[in-house]
Amino acid sequence: MSITSKDVEHVANLARLELTDAEKEKFTEQLNAILKYAEKLNGLDTESVEPTSHVLPITNVMRADERRESLPVEKVLLNAPDDEDGQFKVPAVLE
Amino acid sequence: MALFDLRLQDVHNKLNNKELSVTELVNASYSRISETEPSIKAFITLNEEQARRQALELDKQLQEGGERGLLFGLPAGIKDNIVTEGLLTTCASQFLSNYDPIYDATAVRKLKAAQSVTIGKLNMDEFAMGGSNENSSFYPTRNPWNTEYVPGGSSGGSAASVAAGQVYFSLGSDTGGSIRQPAAYCGIVGLKPTYGLVSRFGLVAFASSLDQIGPLTKNVEDSAYVLQAIAGYDAGDSTSANVDIPDYTAALTGDVKGLRIGVPKEYLGEGIDPRVKEAVLKALSVYESMGATWEEISLPHTEYAIATYYLLASSEASSNLARFDGVRYGVRADNPDSLIDLYRKSRSQGFGPEVKRRIMLGTYALSSGYYDAYYLKAQKVRTLIKQDFDQAFERYDLIIGPTAPTPAFKIGEQVGDPLTMYLNDICTIPVSLAGVPAISIPCGMADGLPIGLQIIGKAFDESTVLRAAHAFEQQTEHHKQRPQL
Repeated sequence: MSITSKDVEHVANLARLELTDAEKEKFTEQLNAILKYAEKLNGLDTESVEPTSHVLPITNVMRADERRESLPVEKVLLNAPDDEDGQFKVPAVLE
Repeated sequence: MALFDLRLQDVHNKLNNKELSVTELVNASYSRISETEPSIKAFITLNEEQARRQALELDKQLQEGGERGLLFGLPAGIKDNIVTEGLLTTCASQFLSNYDPIYDATAVRKLKAAQSVTIGKLNMDEFAMGGSNENSSFYPTRNPWNTEYVPGGSSGGSAASVAAGQVYFSLGSDTGGSIRQPAAYCGIVGLKPTYGLVSRFGLVAFASSLDQIGPLTKNVEDSAYVLQAIAGYDAGDSTSANVDIPDYTAALTGDVKGLRIGVPKEYLGEGIDPRVKEAVLKALSVYESMGATWEEISLPHTEYAIATYYLLASSEASSNLARFDGVRYGVRADNPDSLIDLYRKSRSQGFGPEVKRRIMLGTYALSSGYYDAYYLKAQKVRTLIKQDFDQAFERYDLIIGPTAPTPAFKIGEQVGDPLTMYLNDICTIPVSLAGVPAISIPCGMADGLPIGLQIIGKAFDESTVLRAAHAFEQQTEHHKQRPQL
């Protein structure tokens, strides 16, 4: 399996990255090298092996459904590049 | 003896006897920083005004008497991916160069409760991705033992600042070796606790199933004290382990008689510098002389660990770093055409090459058609790697080997070759995948550069890891060496 620069463009789009031509070329080469290295995993039979997502025997941690204090709006917006009327502001989404 | 070489108990005794004040400790930190920082570059942001104000308050408390925190008055550095309220937290990324956190990470909150003094925020590889600090988007940190060499990474600033005597201790984070490897390269002690022991709340996520905060210190005793202060269950982290926290310093008995040590042949095989191997074997003979026993073992899936790690860590990173979109925080690109364009431009301008490369790799490994072949496959191999450790720990109390295959390398030597750079982590990555604790302690020198010994323990058995590390220190002088700056 080898990646083409078209694949790299597709993945960059999924990752919301805009790559220069030089970056595209470099990433195509480097990702191919890394994925080729990763192919060594195929040498292992994992048919009957369960996947590990993390090492602790913990699943679905819930907290009590209780009302809690939330952060004040000014604090939440402190780092916003742009805001208006207590909300984050972004370019128009709808025409 | 330099002030920061004093044992914690001695510092506290001097504070009690009024031979020393917190202001003097903080002054010592900043004057050492102004002396050494031009050549080391360990810090991104200093917290000088706040720290001096806090020192005055602590001195006042000292006068008044009463109960004091475990780390009272000790100057601390914090890796810049651990959020600190009102103190810039950049992750060494242009994207977060202006990020002013509105809360403290749990580990920071706990340090505050223990009354250490935050001196500043430490340099690192951008978003903790790298092993040399060359991926900092500001400037690389340099190794205090030889400034032409890397300090390791990603917690390179955390290790260099302790080694250079700028702070008493620091916090770092470890995903695949990012505390242990820089500790080894800089000749200090670095502990990666068991996954889940220290809360990740407020640690900017890189790979959530692997990330863990831990202490970097000059000796094992300090490591035990700092761990004591930061360990413990936290509802803010859904993978925080609800376990009893023992008294870690009580474990430092100096006695390792009867301990059974396994030494993986894979950690001393091909690619390991002979000087590193020699230092490790010498350390094992020290353990033998103290009444421990060791034998060679095999962790047969070691050779698959790096591929497994880079697929899993990059996949998790691609998902975690999706939050950096230029909407709620961080640097937003100018003049976007649309919302999507705003995301694209902000991310492309804000992230450096290694971060982009890992986001690309992770996005690919998770994308439709490749998920089973890469991500799921890696998760299954992770199970096999973890089983290697489970089986070894049925017969041995500890696993010991080198922390890194070589001493530090020269700045610029491995840039442009990501795969070679990744291979530096061969001895630390399997441990991270298994989620067990490990410490790196100094065990020798090679051409003026330190070598690290890695001691790996069972899950939540930090006490035995610390006990063995401390016992070694009692028999050797390696941890007393300091770089000439």
